[in-house]
Amino acid sequence: MRFVPGSKWVVAALFFVALAIPLLTDNSYYLNMLIMVFIWSIAVSGMNIIAGYAGQLSLAHAGFFGIGAYTLGLLMVKAQMSFLVSLAVSVVLTGMVGAVVGMISLRLKGHYFAIFSLCMGVILSLVIEKWESLTEGVRGLLGIPVPKIGSVEFSTLTSQYYLILFFFVLAMFVNRQIIHSLVGRTFISIRNSEELAESLGIHAMKSKMLAFVYSTVLAGLAGALYAGYLRFLGPEIASIEHAFEMLLYLLVGGIGTLWGPVVGTALVMTLMQWLQSWQDYRMIIFGPILVLIVMFLPHGIMGAFAQLKKNQPSVLPDTTDDKNRGIERGVNDRRLAGGESDA
Amino acid sequence: MDLFFQQIVNGLVLGSIYSLVALGITLIYGIMHLPNFAHGHLYMLGAYVTFFLITDYGLSYWPAILFAVAILVVIGMLLERLVFRPLHHAPHINSMIASIGVMLFIEAIARKMWGSDYRRLDSPYDGIIDLFGLNITEQRLLVIVSAVVLMIGLHLFLKRTVIGSTIEAMAQNREGAFLVGINANKVSLMTFAIASGLAAAAASLAAPINLVYPSMGAMVNLKAFVIIVLGGMGSIPGAVIGGYILGLAESISGTYINSEYKDLAAFVLLILILTVRPTGLFAKEAR
Repeated sequence: MRFVPGSKWVVAALFFVALAIPLLTDNSYYLNMLIMVFIWSIAVSGMNIIAGYAGQLSLAHAGFFGIGAYTLGLLMVKAQMSFLVSLAVSVVLTGMVGAVVGMISLRLKGHYFAIFSLCMGVILSLVIEKWESLTEGVRGLLGIPVPKIGSVEFSTLTSQYYLILFFFVLAMFVNRQIIHSLVGRTFISIRNSEELAESLGIHAMKSKMLAFVYSTVLAGLAGALYAGYLRFLGPEIASIEHAFEMLLYLLVGGIGTLWGPVVGTALVMTLMQWLQSWQDYRMIIFGPILVLIVMFLPHGIMGAFAQLKKNQPSVLPDTTDDKNRGIERGVNDRRLAGGESDA
Repeated sequence: MDLFFQQIVNGLVLGSIYSLVALGITLIYGIMHLPNFAHGHLYMLGAYVTFFLITDYGLSYWPAILFAVAILVVIGMLLERLVFRPLHHAPHINSMIASIGVMLFIEAIARKMWGSDYRRLDSPYDGIIDLFGLNITEQRLLVIVSAVVLMIGLHLFLKRTVIGSTIEAMAQNREGAFLVGINANKVSLMTFAIASGLAAAAASLAAPINLVYPSMGAMVNLKAFVIIVLGGMGSIPGAVIGGYILGLAESISGTYINSEYKDLAAFVLLILILTVRPTGLFAKEAR
């Protein structure tokens, strides 16, 4: 949380607003919208860890979202397991698939990794679509039961809202702890220069594995929550288009910033709602936006905000501690993520 | 056995198209170190342009191809000038993301303007030739032969002309090329022009065999990337050989293994190869 001194208060205030929203409105449209923003923010923040902090652009995350979603759906529909157990299994399983994929793909550097992850994303979505005996293919997986924890049934929109808000807050809290920890700094050092990081005694492969597996876990968690919320799954959720959409959210909000994924997801999803009638054509607008962002705002909205705050002569004493300064330096680094030295 | 040879021919047709698209990607990568994710969508645009020139403007096949190539050359140059040149000094990941933006944009435009339906372009050459007992449509033969002609043409251009060799020089050693006074901007503009032209040519040749639709570029694009990773990014022979290997692998596995999973073949091949050789089959040096 390096964007404003005292940003803790902003976050706390937003948290209470989020808690209070179902009390203020029972408009199902807004609640549904917020739930979707929370779910996708979790997935995008996963992508942010590996792409924004560790610097490895992964385009396979829609696939991992799909694994999480389908694991939960299948366990609940076909094995009649309870919600919590299914959720735990889907998160663990996504992480395990992530570990296997990571072991192969993280040996590749820069562009090779991005291309490999793109292909991996296509494989995952093709498998989900074509493995009809398991996933029901294009017919979709229907009739996922209402999530139940103990005797509490999450059947109303409000209860779902709190369930998903809980996981969202949990994920953001863990993200924050990781980013501000030594491990998080290790990720950034790898983004800035893998060779340099290794010469400092950082085990780059191990750190990248950690970042990648954690990021797939978040994607899997988001997928599982999505399945429990919509209670219907189609193979298109794992499609590569969703990975591109996640990339769009991440870049608009700010890649390599803690709150960027949330801001970007909320903003772009709202815009997309307005453009509902455009559905298929919305990329006519968002495609060029993506290009303009990498040209003029490489750290998205949150990055621009941080820059603004920095340039402004502050009347307040600088309260950012050492840790935060380290991350700011990361933001100002010319390198966005995954870059390799100029050839 | 006939079926087998028939599949070989089909594989060569597929491979020719893949190779032409992959050549463009590899040329651009060699010069600009940019994996241009929008390249397959230029291929799609090329197919549409050819289609409309023939159906709406009544051009015959060959002039339509020439015009389509010319139009795509201009589009490619515009892209280089407006999007990728300004990003050249930015970190590589920025231009990679920009190319994704361009890709999404082109596909959405195509959907908006021409709808999502599949269109069929009638081949002017629909006769069937009997070649050593194999039946090949003239169009397929045309694809194979034209691809070879284009590849030889590209080879001669790169090796025998001064302008062409500036591309080679820059791909081999950027600083060295600057030292002998090669203009980097001109070379990258030219590379984009050639690459887009090749994609348009491939699309025009393939249009009568395949259908024309907005997402036709996406799969070709992914496969072309598989090919250049196989062949080593930036390697021209790698792109050609890789293209044919993938085309053959696909048509043979589609017949003998399972056509449902035909599209998977390419990606599984990629994973197997990268697992064993993280830098691709023909990479010049370890990266």
